[in-house]
Amino acid sequence: MRDNPVDTLTLVYLARLRDAFGASGEAVRPPADVATIASLRAWLAARGGVWATELAPERAVRFAVNHDIAQPETAVRPGDEVALFPPVTGG
Amino acid sequence: MPVRIQEADFDLTTELAALRAGDPRVGAVAAFIGTVRDVAGNAPLATMTLEHYPGMTERSLTAIVDIAKSRWDIVDALVIHRVGALRPADQIVLVGVTSAHRGDAFAACEFIMDYLKTRAPFWKKETTAEGSRWVEARASDDEAAARWQSEPPRGA
Repeated sequence: MRDNPVDTLTLVYLARLRDAFGASGEAVRPPADVATIASLRAWLAARGGVWATELAPERAVRFAVNHDIAQPETAVRPGDEVALFPPVTGG
Repeated sequence: MPVRIQEADFDLTTELAALRAGDPRVGAVAAFIGTVRDVAGNAPLATMTLEHYPGMTERSLTAIVDIAKSRWDIVDALVIHRVGALRPADQIVLVGVTSAHRGDAFAACEFIMDYLKTRAPFWKKETTAEGSRWVEARASDDEAAARWQSEPPRGA
């Protein structure tokens, strides 16, 4: 549905998480069992270091899949754009 | 376009005139403007930088306006949110609502702001003489938004 290769997930890092990860995003190819937001979060946290720190279960991290707010059980599929960001502070 | 994200400032009179568009069904116009305060923690604020997530921002604001239109008897609504570097006293956000009667306009305007604060993907970064830091979300904003889930719409 996006114009990226169908076998990759496009990750977008915003605000404080972009600063922490040192990148505005990346294309990843997670294993087939990474099929939900919860499993994607755990897979990224397993990188260790700042990933483990920022994505620890007690940290407030919001996710969006293809521009819609996602829940831990929300499905992620190759071709999706998944954004990671801290709680919003606009207005 | 009832939802706009822009770096430029906005003019309340111009925007509300366009929103009303001389429509004689409109008997009430409610507007809210959020502005930049001059204090960040204990230090004077130099700049407030607003970042957003292009694409999702417009989508989420449009969805919030659609919810307001379904819950209250309003004629139209407008949201303008600025991004980029702002200074103390600058305007950040404008919400305008038109309706036949004031109850719907007041309530829908407050609802849109409360939902914007907790659902629209904007982030503030404060810069003072001591450096820059991302603003933390506040629990009171979540509570303000949650109250609309139990309150029946007024005037409906």
